[in-house]
Amino acid sequence: MEQLDLRSQVTRSVSRRTFIKGVVAAGATVSTGAYLFRSTNAAQAASAQGAVERLVTLRINGQERRVDVMKQETLATTLRYKLGLTGTKIGCDRADCGACTVLVDGVPKYGCSLLTHQVRGAEVTTIEGLADGDQLHPVQQAVVDEAGFQCAFCAPGFIMAMVGTLQENPSPTREEMAHSLSGNLCRCADYPKILNSAMRAAEYMRSA
Amino acid sequence: MADFNLIGQSFGPQDLVAKITGRAKYAEDFRAEGMLFTKLLVSPMPHARVRSIDYSEALRLPGVVAVLTADEVPQEDHPFEPCLTNEPLYEGEPILAVAAVDETTAADAIELIRVDLEPLPFALNPLDSLRPGGPNATLMGNVYQEREVVELKWPQEVFDAANEPDQMPLGEANDEWEYGDLEAGFANADYIMEETLCCQSVTHHPMEPRTAMAYWQNGKLYMHSSVQSVAQSRRGIADRLGLELDDVILISEYCGGGFGSKIRGSVTEVIPALLARKTGRPVMMRITRAEETAIGRGRPGMLGWARMGFRNDGRMTALDLFLVQDNGPYSRQGDSGTSGDVAALAYTPESMRFRTVRVLTNTPPRAAQRGPGGVQIVSMLEPMVDRAARQIGVDRLQVRLVNAPNAETQFGRGSYELTSCFAGEALSRGAELFNWSERSQRSGQRNGSKVRGVGIALSPYYGGTSGWDGLVVIRPDGKLYIHQGVGNLGTHSCIDTAKAAAEVLNADWANCEVVFGNTSRHLPHSSSQSGSQTTHAHTRANWVVGQAAKGLLQELAALELGGSPSDYDVSGGRVHRIGAPGTGLTFAQAAERAIARGGKFDGHELPEDINDMTRTSATALAGQGLVAAAKDNLPHTARTYSFVATFIEVEVDVETGAFEIIDVTSVADCGTVLNPRSLAAQANGGVIQGIGIARSFKWAIDPTWGVHLSKRIEATKPPAMLDVPTTLTFEAVDLPDPQNPVGSKGIGEPPVGAGAGALLCAVEDALGGLAPSHQPVTPDKILSIVESGSLGWSRLETHV
Repeated sequence: MEQLDLRSQVTRSVSRRTFIKGVVAAGATVSTGAYLFRSTNAAQAASAQGAVERLVTLRINGQERRVDVMKQETLATTLRYKLGLTGTKIGCDRADCGACTVLVDGVPKYGCSLLTHQVRGAEVTTIEGLADGDQLHPVQQAVVDEAGFQCAFCAPGFIMAMVGTLQENPSPTREEMAHSLSGNLCRCADYPKILNSAMRAAEYMRSA
Repeated sequence: MADFNLIGQSFGPQDLVAKITGRAKYAEDFRAEGMLFTKLLVSPMPHARVRSIDYSEALRLPGVVAVLTADEVPQEDHPFEPCLTNEPLYEGEPILAVAAVDETTAADAIELIRVDLEPLPFALNPLDSLRPGGPNATLMGNVYQEREVVELKWPQEVFDAANEPDQMPLGEANDEWEYGDLEAGFANADYIMEETLCCQSVTHHPMEPRTAMAYWQNGKLYMHSSVQSVAQSRRGIADRLGLELDDVILISEYCGGGFGSKIRGSVTEVIPALLARKTGRPVMMRITRAEETAIGRGRPGMLGWARMGFRNDGRMTALDLFLVQDNGPYSRQGDSGTSGDVAALAYTPESMRFRTVRVLTNTPPRAAQRGPGGVQIVSMLEPMVDRAARQIGVDRLQVRLVNAPNAETQFGRGSYELTSCFAGEALSRGAELFNWSERSQRSGQRNGSKVRGVGIALSPYYGGTSGWDGLVVIRPDGKLYIHQGVGNLGTHSCIDTAKAAAEVLNADWANCEVVFGNTSRHLPHSSSQSGSQTTHAHTRANWVVGQAAKGLLQELAALELGGSPSDYDVSGGRVHRIGAPGTGLTFAQAAERAIARGGKFDGHELPEDINDMTRTSATALAGQGLVAAAKDNLPHTARTYSFVATFIEVEVDVETGAFEIIDVTSVADCGTVLNPRSLAAQANGGVIQGIGIARSFKWAIDPTWGVHLSKRIEATKPPAMLDVPTTLTFEAVDLPDPQNPVGSKGIGEPPVGAGAGALLCAVEDALGGLAPSHQPVTPDKILSIVESGSLGWSRLETHV
């Protein structure tokens, strides 16, 4: 169930054993997170022909997380409301703002526009997965040193986009970086300071 | 200038690490055991009356816990905005709310509710409502007369006399003022220009949609919300629910943007609070981005008319201004009144008349939006002043310089005086940085299909209130705790203004902690973080309380160690004999002695004049250290205004209508710089927001059905990174305001109007003075102007 080749496979059967295992695992992690998913009728899952399995294993921030998801559930919803990873923000829920940007196999993606089922087997990184304890990721450290962001509701998405960009291109020009981050909106419009942070992040990443 | 240790230094805010690691909890990030979720049934029509509602089937749906209707919530006569209503006044207004175990169930329940609505006549364009027999937005009337809603219709002759749709009809205003001899002003003018004006409404759309989670415990309301002022929003929530202030615990450590839309308690807090009381469980209500367009507030649009008289040197001899404000359905908006004052201050006309009428419409409710009234008037008048300058043959920088206010200026409705003014310095320095003399030579220069244009705007705005309270505690851990009741909007002023108290006490900033964001942490009576108040108001309040704490420390040291208080000074985390920094008491020792002595030293005796909220907070802190509370009674004898001058160069492609912004340069007069990096971010961010208002934000409403057409960010777009240059130039005049102890004035508001105005002027300059009268200035409008010289619709059409 964790293999990569299952990612595109949406029709699956479910054995009684994996189902029970999943309920136990998911039940432990879900508790009060009952947002945009039904807390009742879980047994309806995957019973109909062509239905998507509800209990899936995700690989998030280096950990395996078992979670009960609806077929139409987006990754941003699962992260925030099933797994307690509320650092990923939902600003528009429609691929306009980028506040929900996470890394999927190192590539920045809008969490509101991916179904959770699509990332089974992929490595998902959220803002909570960057720092190592109190040791900030170089990109986060750069943001602190430049005092990037104002209200910072957009910050997690921007920072994930910066990390993804710098993995692809360690030495971007300011213009290239702006291009890379243009899928994220900052309503406070703190763009000059965010770009300063991103360019400092590139320095830190190169010397890290 | 005074010599400061902390003021003028760039500091990162202490809350930044939480924000960028995902640990900061915004309202929507909280969970509580047994928490329910809410969905709203909203009006599909702009004005209607509920005949009947049947929600029996919804209540039978498994997982649905409660339904809340308008009959169960506080209702008062209009213009009060109820949280749920049986007479919706705009499309998207909440009629009923459902609480269920999850949001999907709540949404399903909404689908099962049958509501019978009687459609009522509605008004979208304020002018239509003023016509004889025109529709009224509410059953009570259509305009604000002072605070009351009354009916006002203009006679048909007023409309006949105007050459509609191009000329504004000028009927009866119900709010006006005048100074100087207007007739003589126009008689003395060498050139007179008269124009009809318009400015669109704009939804606020903070990045964080408004969310609130509420629960009750022992009769107290615990409210997690996203607000711009903990102290002020708490009062709004308490008032709306009929609660004592002490019975509301408001938690709002982080606010994902507000721009004026989250100042006071609003319907989005009251609904979950009432549902939580009804169900006995915690209730969260999250608002979608589309719902933000309806419930989330917007800037009032305006229709207007101006007549300006100029002498040949560009000096404005007379200004006659008439503004019809599109007020939305609820609460009288102050925008147009502010517009009058801002116009008076920006051009200091020798004579002026101002008239306005605030017309209710069945469009989403309005609220102050960053630079309320200022943005509208600057973006309408600055291009008009440009057109006049071209006619007179005066340089566009010169016309602004010759009319710019100075410290002696008296202006506006109350002949207000200024605490300080360096607007001329801001314009001159901006022109120097931007290289106006050279760049303005490039006006209209064509390279292939691309044409250059340059524009300037000067934007004044109110820069600070006074009279608020400060509250600090020096605890036995030796730290200085500075309590702040303002919001934490991201402007950094919540943290930066606390430095004034640390400055007075010569405290090491690493040894200071700012306490904010949660009323159970005992916060003082503070301003709302809006209207550019905070920087000025709370540097004053914190300076004053810093002095109060210093006085207590000196007195305490004299009692403990002998001598008189004046023998002691405070620095290095100690109160010590003057000239002997190693002597005396450390802050930790002083805190312990203060507790031992009690009385005025540890908060058991408090000054008479502090606000009740501060008194309650200080009393709760009493005995925990050296507690100082103080009201800002420093003199504030005139109006505090800040000024931003912005210069923009654009390159317009006349074949595609697209344009690129080549350069943005701004200079601010906002007094002494408190934190250079935060200041530049505020100023540049504001300018970019203004650019968005002029270029890409859009407010469109279907004229037949009254339904909003620009509900999402793709339809009303904030600028993204590629929409502006990757580097913007900013500088502050950095001259102190004499009525602020550290010399600072606010900066939040003025850059927005400057950005909007300068961009409109620059685009118009590239188009040879042809005016794209309607914002936003989109490629289709530019092409339409280039091809036919007109837009195809008149200035008097709104919501297009």
